[in-house]
Amino acid sequence: MDEKNLDIIKDYKYGFSTDIENIKAPKGLNEEVIKFISNIKKEPKWLLDWRLQAYKRLKVLKEPDWQKPKYPKINYQDLYYYSAPKNFNEKPKKLEDLDPKLLETYKKLGIPLDEQKRLNGIAVDAVFDSVSVATTFKDTLTKHGIIFCSISEAVQKHPDLVKKYLGTVIPITDHYFATLNSAVFTDGSFVYIPEGVRCPMELSTYFRINASDTGQFERTLIIADKGSYVSYLEGCTAPMRDENQLHAANVELIALDDAEIKYSTVQNWYPGDKDGKGGIYNFVTKRGLCKGSNSKISWTQVETGSAITWKYPSCILKGDNSIGEFYSIAITNNHQKADTGTKMIHLGKNTKSKIISKGISAGLSDMTYRGLVDISPNAENSNNYTQCDSLLMGNKCGAHTIPYIKNKNSNSNIAHEATTSKISEDQLHYCQQRGLNPEEAVGLIVNGFCKEVLQQLPMEFAVEAQKLVGISLEGSVG
Amino acid sequence: MENKIKIDFDKTFKNYSSNDELDFKKNNLENFIKEGLPGRKLESWKFSDLNQIINKNIGELNFYIDQSKENLIDNALIIKDFDHNKIVFINGKVEELDFSFEDKDKVKILKEFDMSIKIKSKNSLLNLNNAFCKNFYKINISKNYTMNKPLIIYHVSTNNISSTTLNSQLNFILEENSSLKIVDIYEDKSEKNFINTFYNFILKENAILKNFKIDKLQNSNIKYSYNNIDQLKNSVSETFILSNGSKFLKNEINCNLNGQYSSAFINGVFSLDADKHHEIRTSVNHLVENTKSYQLIKSVLDDKSKSVYQGKIYVSPNAQKTDGYQLSKCILLDKNTEFNAKPELEIYADDVKCSHGSASGSLNENSIFYLRSRGLNYKQAKKLLISGFFLDVIEKITDEEIKSFIKKTMELNQ
Repeated sequence: MDEKNLDIIKDYKYGFSTDIENIKAPKGLNEEVIKFISNIKKEPKWLLDWRLQAYKRLKVLKEPDWQKPKYPKINYQDLYYYSAPKNFNEKPKKLEDLDPKLLETYKKLGIPLDEQKRLNGIAVDAVFDSVSVATTFKDTLTKHGIIFCSISEAVQKHPDLVKKYLGTVIPITDHYFATLNSAVFTDGSFVYIPEGVRCPMELSTYFRINASDTGQFERTLIIADKGSYVSYLEGCTAPMRDENQLHAANVELIALDDAEIKYSTVQNWYPGDKDGKGGIYNFVTKRGLCKGSNSKISWTQVETGSAITWKYPSCILKGDNSIGEFYSIAITNNHQKADTGTKMIHLGKNTKSKIISKGISAGLSDMTYRGLVDISPNAENSNNYTQCDSLLMGNKCGAHTIPYIKNKNSNSNIAHEATTSKISEDQLHYCQQRGLNPEEAVGLIVNGFCKEVLQQLPMEFAVEAQKLVGISLEGSVG
Repeated sequence: MENKIKIDFDKTFKNYSSNDELDFKKNNLENFIKEGLPGRKLESWKFSDLNQIINKNIGELNFYIDQSKENLIDNALIIKDFDHNKIVFINGKVEELDFSFEDKDKVKILKEFDMSIKIKSKNSLLNLNNAFCKNFYKINISKNYTMNKPLIIYHVSTNNISSTTLNSQLNFILEENSSLKIVDIYEDKSEKNFINTFYNFILKENAILKNFKIDKLQNSNIKYSYNNIDQLKNSVSETFILSNGSKFLKNEINCNLNGQYSSAFINGVFSLDADKHHEIRTSVNHLVENTKSYQLIKSVLDDKSKSVYQGKIYVSPNAQKTDGYQLSKCILLDKNTEFNAKPELEIYADDVKCSHGSASGSLNENSIFYLRSRGLNYKQAKKLLISGFFLDVIEKITDEEIKSFIKKTMELNQ
């Protein structure tokens, strides 16, 4: 390998791909491919019909074009919609059964699959391309009656639950990418927390995009039954690819009476190289429904990767006294583009929502906060507080704030504030005076700027995220 | 609509011989026919679907209006005890241009068609206006001249027209060091018409423009007003909007800060009731270094009314040291009221100070309680709080004479 290639690999720690033969559905998007996916996953008829219905609608839908980050047109017929490591038709029961190459990949990624890592107390449902690799900590979870498995397994083993909740938050009649996902989703996680159970550990999924030309279409469904609590972590790293890859996942959260779901994401997919070549398109639909009264859904996200991030984790506050929260850090560098934010839809009485968004853009990147706060006429006594701050580093990047605020109830209050600024010379000077070099000083100040959000992350993630913030901004000073 | 508008166009301009102006009008007409009235599919009309509003309140529009005979100016409408210059529009036609308080050589009024000062904006209502506006007046304030008295522009409509669009347009050029104060007053006797007004201002170095738009008289017309302001070095523009009387009113302010140290101030007040729907949309473009903008919009809504504020601050990559500020506040008094806001920042330069805030909610119960414990009844307490809320904006007006005039019209006690 010549020096130049080595440099590229050095730049992106997770830039490698494992050579495993894949089973692929034929290229292209049509009914046959959907039937192929459904068939290979041994799905019941209702699910196939559901997929086909979504596909039928997809054919008449138009791809949205109102967003700020523009991208070259995606040829949906030129993608593989299903690809699975070959020896996964029969799922391994033990870790030892796994392809050694795969285990090696995870080791490089630092995913706690093996015994020693178990001490970290994280149960992992690792997704390699489209099929769940292995699920650990099953026993502990089973004892509490918690179901944590891949969604294809859930379709087989818990069809009633899946049938009852799938598509209730993101219906097949939703926007383009969500509908695309409904038609062709391959795998993802399924979580069910029974009534009154407080999940004893953080649940976590690592997504990994591997095979070239494969769009990833995960579907995650989390249901917290009455009075339960769950904290769910999602972390992503992807191997280096030259072509742009599409990732259109759907995440549905449902919180019933008195339940709480905390969903944290650290997203560090391949952002493309310095010239903006390659990188992942992250077009994800995440939506939570506070269905019962006194329920709570909280989104925390740290977005540092992807060439284009385009997502709005949302809360529908349907139950009375329900609470929605959104904490976000989005960092863009080089040619990255992000259009992210949240939607808080207040339907129930006494509902509360809070939005804290921190955006940092450096290099030639472009970042947009786009959010909606909508208080409906029946949402008496509701409250929203929004704060979005942007930090600009360099004069070739952009930072934009586009909030939509709709108040239709006279007993409800909405407060929104936003600022845009750069790192002050005084602060930099002060830090440097104390012996920090400019890069460290910026790292420190940025971490302070993000602190409000970083605090919301579970311990294991907080440390990782803090490092990630520093790494993402490397080379943006000066 | 397509046939009707073409017939009305030919009828209106049958005496015109073919020339640049007519070609320009025809082009604009074609564009308007292609685009139609703006609806909610357009981002800038997302919260106020004009097409729907006109369909619901007016029905089919007429575009022809007989302007052959002169309308008499009703003297009762003219404001007394207040010396001023005036321009009087009656049903969209200029009936009087009176600058008697000014030096004749210093204020020039030109009627010639001038392509160079046309507003450049993709807006189907501008196309409609360009197509049907009969005279594109150009008013030029000479170098170093400060107007002695304010200019009041009366927009009068008479009760014998209905379902008609009235298009008017004025262009103002403020030469270096000049200054102009304009007060817009709407005097509507008509009902159910669509009134479409465009102003274009060009502010040369050090020029000062103050524009006060007062919509007080209760009426059932649908109105759209657009101000384009181009500013050069050191120029200052101040716009104040009182949005109160019409059934529907959308004020749009587009301000281009093209010169260093130029600044723009936009303040607005919505005081709405009875099913009214008003909007202010601003777009302040900071295009060079060291420019400043300030926006303050307050709104009080009662009885099924709806107000919308869409404000945008754009900072171009070379507009370092920009100072931009936006604040919108709203008090919702009634259950069925609605406040929508879209305060937007689009920033491409790093050494800037830009912020916005937006708050909406009910009257503060604690404040009411405080006032009642001091012996005021609920009604008085509410009134006092609302006037205080509005006065915050009114006090920003830099012209004392006009400030007290506006306070008087709004019946705000000191």
